[in-house]
Amino acid sequence: MRAAVITFPGSNRDGDVAKALRQAGAHVDHVWHGDHELPAGTDLVVLPGGFSYGDYLRCGAIAGRAHIMDATRAHAARGGLVLGICNGFQIACEAGLLPGVLARNADLKFVCKRQHLKVERNDTAFTSAYAKGQVIDVCIAHGEGNYICDPETLARLEGEGLVAFRYCDAEGNVTTAANPNGSLNGIAGIYSPGRNVLGLMPHPENLIDGLVGGTDGRGMFESLVGGKKAA
Amino acid sequence: MKARVTVTLKTGVLDPQGKAIEGALKSLGIDGVGSVRQGKVFDIELDGADKIAAEAALKAACEKLLANTVIENYRVEIGA
Repeated sequence: MRAAVITFPGSNRDGDVAKALRQAGAHVDHVWHGDHELPAGTDLVVLPGGFSYGDYLRCGAIAGRAHIMDATRAHAARGGLVLGICNGFQIACEAGLLPGVLARNADLKFVCKRQHLKVERNDTAFTSAYAKGQVIDVCIAHGEGNYICDPETLARLEGEGLVAFRYCDAEGNVTTAANPNGSLNGIAGIYSPGRNVLGLMPHPENLIDGLVGGTDGRGMFESLVGGKKAA
Repeated sequence: MKARVTVTLKTGVLDPQGKAIEGALKSLGIDGVGSVRQGKVFDIELDGADKIAAEAALKAACEKLLANTVIENYRVEIGA
């Protein structure tokens, strides 16, 4: 597994996601947003969390138009894997890799806390190390994570099984009380139609070491690397 | 040539910032405030004097960057 972690001006979780990928056995290249090409042999492009361009204009809007995003779109169109975490999910939506928008949290508060997530399916490159319906404990930290889209898109996401994760309580119940930001149907992450692009607001890379309070995030990186060992 | 692009949220899209501002205005005792929707204004200085070309360029700018047309509308006004 060869991963390219993109750094935009204002990315700040690129180092953490690279560590998570290396821990799982991936080879990681760090790639600058102004580059036009991905390293040869890239299997996975990671759009990391942070505050690209200071969230100016709209979160992810300017980064979504960076040179490297043309190469990332081409990679995704070839069936290549793309993972967008938090600001990376916002960037993926702004770049047209995923539908919809991450709007301001419904209660206007920046939320930074532990959160349970339900794994909707485990037959994807990102979730094979989890069980279907498993409840995982992750971290969220965002002010604009309120996933919205038009009713037709929502029906398509639900109908085609493209919802990756939903916010839930510790027992796996998807409720309004367990929804931290107002997202439609408790959506925390979605796939592209080919399930090769995943965007999610939570940070699986935060919880990869028992030393910092949990390891439920490891499954995502182990899933990715398990499908393709480091060359 | 000066131009102004106004970007506003589409009707029906939740605007929590507008709601918070609306609440603040009401709490300040400003009379007659029904509702508030927050948007963005871009004042843009353009080279050249061709208004039709300028309008086309600004529409492209809105579609490509200034507005997210999933949730936002935009309006282009070209001045002197």
